[in-house]
Amino acid sequence: MAVEIRTLAIEPIRNTYGHTARRFGDKPATRYQEASFDIEAKINFHYKPLWDPQRTLNDNARTNIKMVDWYSVTDPRQYYYGSYVANRAKMQEVAESNFSFCDKNNVVENLNENLKNDLLRLLVPFRHMELAANMNNSKIAGDAVAATVAQMHIFTAMDRLGMGQYLSRIALMIDGATGQGLDKSKDYWMNDPLLQPLRKLAEDTLVIDDWFELSFVQNLLIDGFMYPFVYEVYDKIIQKDGGVCLSMLTEFMRDWHKETQRWVNAMCKTVYAENDENKILMESWTKLWIPVIKNTFLNLANEIGCVESLNEIESDLNCRLAKFGLIVSGESK
Amino acid sequence: MTQKVFIALQDNDSARYLVEAILEDNPHAEIQHEPAMIRIEAEKKLVINRTTMEEKLGRQWDVQEMLIDVISIGGGVEEDDDHFILQWK
Amino acid sequence: MSAKNRKLNLKDKYQYLTRDMAWEPTYQDKKDIFPEEDFEGIKIKDWSKWEDPFRLTMDSYWKYQAEKEKKLYAIFDAFAQNNGHQNISDARYVNALKLFLSGVSPLEYAAFQGYAKVGRQFSGAGARVACQMQAIDELRHSQTQQHAMSHYNKHFNGLHDPAHMHDRVWFLSVPKSFFDDARSAGPFEFLTAISFSFEYVLTNLLFVPFMSGAAYNGDMATVTFGFSAQSDEARHMTLGLEVIKFILEQHEDNVPIIQKWIDKWFWRGFRLLSLVGMMMDYMLPNKVMSWAEAWETYYEKSGGALFKDLERYGIRPPKYQDVANAAKNHISHQAWATFYQYSKATNFHTWMPDESEMKWLAEKYPDSFDKYYRPRFEYWDRKQKEGERFYNDTLPQLCQVCQIPAIFTEHESPSVLSLRQVEYNEERYHFCSDGCADIFNDEPEKYIQAWLPVHQIYQGNCDGSNVSEVVSNYYNINLGKDNLDYDGSPDQKRWQEIKNNGSK
Repeated sequence: MAVEIRTLAIEPIRNTYGHTARRFGDKPATRYQEASFDIEAKINFHYKPLWDPQRTLNDNARTNIKMVDWYSVTDPRQYYYGSYVANRAKMQEVAESNFSFCDKNNVVENLNENLKNDLLRLLVPFRHMELAANMNNSKIAGDAVAATVAQMHIFTAMDRLGMGQYLSRIALMIDGATGQGLDKSKDYWMNDPLLQPLRKLAEDTLVIDDWFELSFVQNLLIDGFMYPFVYEVYDKIIQKDGGVCLSMLTEFMRDWHKETQRWVNAMCKTVYAENDENKILMESWTKLWIPVIKNTFLNLANEIGCVESLNEIESDLNCRLAKFGLIVSGESK
Repeated sequence: MTQKVFIALQDNDSARYLVEAILEDNPHAEIQHEPAMIRIEAEKKLVINRTTMEEKLGRQWDVQEMLIDVISIGGGVEEDDDHFILQWK
Repeated sequence: MSAKNRKLNLKDKYQYLTRDMAWEPTYQDKKDIFPEEDFEGIKIKDWSKWEDPFRLTMDSYWKYQAEKEKKLYAIFDAFAQNNGHQNISDARYVNALKLFLSGVSPLEYAAFQGYAKVGRQFSGAGARVACQMQAIDELRHSQTQQHAMSHYNKHFNGLHDPAHMHDRVWFLSVPKSFFDDARSAGPFEFLTAISFSFEYVLTNLLFVPFMSGAAYNGDMATVTFGFSAQSDEARHMTLGLEVIKFILEQHEDNVPIIQKWIDKWFWRGFRLLSLVGMMMDYMLPNKVMSWAEAWETYYEKSGGALFKDLERYGIRPPKYQDVANAAKNHISHQAWATFYQYSKATNFHTWMPDESEMKWLAEKYPDSFDKYYRPRFEYWDRKQKEGERFYNDTLPQLCQVCQIPAIFTEHESPSVLSLRQVEYNEERYHFCSDGCADIFNDEPEKYIQAWLPVHQIYQGNCDGSNVSEVVSNYYNINLGKDNLDYDGSPDQKRWQEIKNNGSK
């Protein structure tokens, strides 16, 4: 039997907002389109910021990168707030069940003392790197002049906080939720010579003023080394040392990085393709930072005996860069 | 002068348990029904107890779950594992 | 058992999961990492005394927020599928939404930017994290509002270009300059302005009236996004109160600075809210409560309790609070009278209240409506019936600070316009009140920069030499379709079609 739904057929007088229609035509728009494009104020700002009197609010000149239209940088995942939290809620559900599995089965408690100590020294301190990344991405979200760009960075800022919290919880499992493990781990972060280049790298990023440079350095170059190094290479070493199930506790980070590369690549590709000035800047940043970052991880790679993997990581990163045309001659060898 | 604290909740199913629990633990509280919203005010202090909510719901309840249904508050907030307290000191 | 072997409680655990991830830098100078923390003169001795407002870790945040969003978007979908706009009380109601979408939603985005910025500027990690969480919440509000109104935009005029209008339209410079003011200030003033004065003291006057108004007028989409957004607001309000207490407890030198900011931002917020007052008293076909009643409940009563609590820090209620309290009987009428006259330059319709609405206004405003406003409104109504609907074609004088036309009257004499002037560097500046003039005098170099829409039109910066050119070329408002009187508008015609079809 056919079900007849009686509603009044009223034709809409327009299909979407004017600012959406100017970009995509007057046709029904996606939620991503309606909520992400051209919603940030562009002109007629009233007062120069007291904290930056040379420039206006929402000023294009807070980066040296030049774009005719920053909204040409879009998110391949098409995340707006609602779809972002929906996705992360699913990921955290998996993480929660992994943490609870490890908790119930005393997975961390039963690790040998050496490995526990290694985790506090070589894995948990990366929570501080996450906090630096959190701060950097929050700054970028505040400085970026297109909502498509700004929102990707605030999502990332919150992701980094969340991942720092997951790493901290590993230490709380090691120390029986007393905080002693975190204190010990932080002491390594502050004083252990092995970790000092890493801490210096984090602090050095916190004084980068150009927000696009900062995104490029943090979200592409540093993460391009850090994520494969910590969550692939070191993860395998942990497994070999008896922490087979420990990977469950960092699964979120691996999934996250895989997903994140998509928007970071897309953003850098678009910006690099825009004009020659951008190309020159991005090449100079790459030349400047890759050797620094690689050196930073060299210490750690020596300690855990995986210098070769570091070269692989570097060449993977160079392949990523080459995909959007950015080719650096092998100065960092 | 009176110093009222208040909490406003969405008028929905989960808020009904909250309202019940609040009224039980805060006999001095006054309840006002407004469109789509329930407002509870009380002189100086209002407490939401986890244990009362768990009795009402018959399940574990995290104090932060109230964040889903709350619309507005007035008063200083104190929050721990067992309570959510609004008060003027 | 030593203290250190005990399991952490919620508070300590949260600290380990947030601020303990931060560290004292040694490779870079702390001043270079946080260069904007000192210039306002606020003294922070010890960030570790910061009380975290809500102890939400990110995993819980994602979980709870996803749950809220799921409920919200289910209602948006149902609303659109069922053509929920047909169930509202009357199409005049939609004009409140036009005001909201072009006046308020862009502020949510500006708030996102502001909180993301201060979420980096403070050297205290607890404060940073609380600000960042508010930043992403504000992004949420800007986006859910865009989505909630999307369906209305398909069926009514005037909702079609909110962000574009917010950057240009004369009366939208009132909300825009408010947020530009806060964002261009230092991080501590930003929090005093937005977290404390706006979110804690005044936000109930914005959201509760709008959302209750929506509920009374059959607008389920707006009720739902509004109340869902408000559930984040409880966290934001707590941040507002904590931040003020923290700054005041840190150093006694902070007290006069904070007092000055509270005075300023109370007054700026009060002026901004006159737009909400007129919405409540005039734009809702089914009235909720009067502006005066809302002001009594949410400012006089709640604000009274708050400022009594802050007495112990040496903070007094905002300067000119008495002026604002007395003005509750006037501002909504004065604002509506202004928008009625300048309806050629708005993105919404205006109209004169009918007899039953006049009666309601007289009841709610026994000391002011019949005496000061009814005669003028009845005169305009008569003129309109005679075919001479009154539109004012001269551009009004704007206040240099709040940017509202000089329409408000003196505290003690409601028939005398309140006007103030200040000379600065051989230029004369105009104000609507002592409150706004004080703000100017404290920071003249800031307020002389104001982008005043009327001046800009006269200077030829707005694509036209007269109002109708500016309105269509620069504002992207369609004259006669998006604005003028509701009576005879395309919105009204469509609405009548809907109602006629429905009753067949």
